[in-house]
Amino acid sequence: MGELLNAIAIAGKSALGFQAVFYALLAIGLNMHFGYTGLLNFGQIAFAMLGGFGIAVSVTNWGLPFWLGVVIGVAASVVLSLLLGLPTLRLRADYLAIVTIAAAEGLRLLFRSVSATPITNGTQGISAFNGGFVRLSPWDTNRRFRLLGTTWGGGELWVTAVGWLLVAIFCLLVWLLVRSPWGRVVKAIREDEDAVRALGKNVYAYKMQSLVLGGVIGAFGGMVYAVATGSANPDQYQNANTFLAYAVLILGGAARVLGPVVGAIVLLFILQFTDTGLRLLIDNGIIPEGLLSSTDVAQLRFVLVGIGLMLLLVFRPQGIFGDRREVMLDAR
Amino acid sequence: MPAQAPAAEDAPRRLAQRALRGLPWEVGVAKPDPAIVVDDVTRTFGGLTAVSVDHLEIQRGGITGLIGPNGAGKTTLFNLLTGFDQPNTGTWSFNGRSLGKLAPHQVARLGVVRTFQLTKALSRLSVLQNMLLGAQGQSGESFLKALVPGTWRAQEKANTEKAMDLLRRFKLDAKKDDFAGTLSGGQRKLLEMARALMSDPEVVMLDEPMAGVNPALTQSLLGHVKDLREQGMTVIFVEHDMDVVRDISDWVVVMAAGRVIAEGPPESISQNQAVVDAYLGAHHDAPLTAEEEDQVLAEAQRAIAREAKRDGEVLRSDGTRADDERTTP
Repeated sequence: MGELLNAIAIAGKSALGFQAVFYALLAIGLNMHFGYTGLLNFGQIAFAMLGGFGIAVSVTNWGLPFWLGVVIGVAASVVLSLLLGLPTLRLRADYLAIVTIAAAEGLRLLFRSVSATPITNGTQGISAFNGGFVRLSPWDTNRRFRLLGTTWGGGELWVTAVGWLLVAIFCLLVWLLVRSPWGRVVKAIREDEDAVRALGKNVYAYKMQSLVLGGVIGAFGGMVYAVATGSANPDQYQNANTFLAYAVLILGGAARVLGPVVGAIVLLFILQFTDTGLRLLIDNGIIPEGLLSSTDVAQLRFVLVGIGLMLLLVFRPQGIFGDRREVMLDAR
Repeated sequence: MPAQAPAAEDAPRRLAQRALRGLPWEVGVAKPDPAIVVDDVTRTFGGLTAVSVDHLEIQRGGITGLIGPNGAGKTTLFNLLTGFDQPNTGTWSFNGRSLGKLAPHQVARLGVVRTFQLTKALSRLSVLQNMLLGAQGQSGESFLKALVPGTWRAQEKANTEKAMDLLRRFKLDAKKDDFAGTLSGGQRKLLEMARALMSDPEVVMLDEPMAGVNPALTQSLLGHVKDLREQGMTVIFVEHDMDVVRDISDWVVVMAAGRVIAEGPPESISQNQAVVDAYLGAHHDAPLTAEEEDQVLAEAQRAIAREAKRDGEVLRSDGTRADDERTTP
């Protein structure tokens, strides 16, 4: 029983930790893109990578202050969304999907390539750039604090707190936007671009604004991740994260302001709980070693999450928060 | 005075009709007060010339019906006029302002709105939201102002009132909070028209507004289209139902194979040889091959034989013998 409580506490830490913030921010951006505007961005992680490396490179290579690094990270993600959007947003939705997925993988390979090593430090990655931020921590960074049955480092607590603050700010921003006439136009674009054009709205400009906004939110996600781990390595930014963020979005409910946040918390809780729980069962001999060894657990938990998502789509396609009537409507 | 009341209501219609009455029934004729002028517009898709219009003027304040067989280029012409497609050559103007090279939303902002052949109701928006989307010049639609509700709330309220007025006219007010995707096909057509009217347009272009609508709703849609004319709007519509066309249009333009082949008041169209050819095929008296000729000849002879036999019977039954047969038993 104590072990079970412990497993729940560990899962709880994971569900409230910086990784949850990371996925929540990625998914809030995707919610803007996909949930509200109908843009298929399959390379959200590229924006996060530019955010993380924006800080890392500015601070370590260029010797700039931390906050200027944040600005540079945001600017880089804006430039990326403009580059991706300019040629593709006039075309059908599928083209953006193709271009973003290619850009995300291409950028990662570029950042880890030998030619980029002087700037990004290649596969080694950059570390020790978050001092300027951690120094501001109101909690003693050398101490560990007990919270909800687990221990948190002071710095970790600080980064996570700021991360959730960012999540709250962006949720508020999205909420303000989607209930305004701007949000109405954007949702209408998701339904039918041509109808919106015929009503005198500049569809291209709206799609671009949405792409930039969602990209910037994703960049902040990458910054939280980089600062929390204290390192920026291109291989942290695998495109699988984009799809996990989509899982978060669908789990929570697309086109709902709090959908991505709850989705991230729930998904990370499940991922960590199955991991700890399965290990616990194996260690206690409840699951025989021959059937499942603890090395398989890391893979198996994703299988379980996949099955869970499938069940979700069958029985509750709208996600946790979604509106079933809305999801069941025909696209046209 | 009861006698004058209907006349006063009909006044705008008669204006447009009267203005067009004296015009010759020929292609490209100049109208007294054109809202839209099209010159030498061509659009080709590969080797196919979808639209090739030399000169066309649309009278302001009237209802112009655009008819023609399938594939005549009616919808393509609509797309060109509203910026949804760019022509290979040609110029066209609205109120003397050239519309060439304008994007669809810019055309719409000038006051030329359109509906679509396949209705584009925005399914997962409520009926009221659909309507509000049609309003022009909303400050809340800019990204930064959207974040400060105070800057757009008053305008939103005014737009909502206007939308509700329109919805009441179109008898959709009870559905205002339903998703547009739950409406029936006919209701979607009504919604699309009402939404277009939110922008106070000068020209309304309706692409097959009656297609797939049940007869009762057709009557109400027709009433709405006539209302637009009463309010001084210029209406251009594509339609296949000739009864509808005859009923409401002041002027009819007939297209076939991308060209305008005839125009004139509705009563002139059915007598026009070019129109009959376009609908029934121009080559129905063209020469045939020897085999086909024999076949047709044999067919004709059989028909004549049948006809003669039936004629005989008719004669008999019409004549005294039929009466005799019936009375004698």
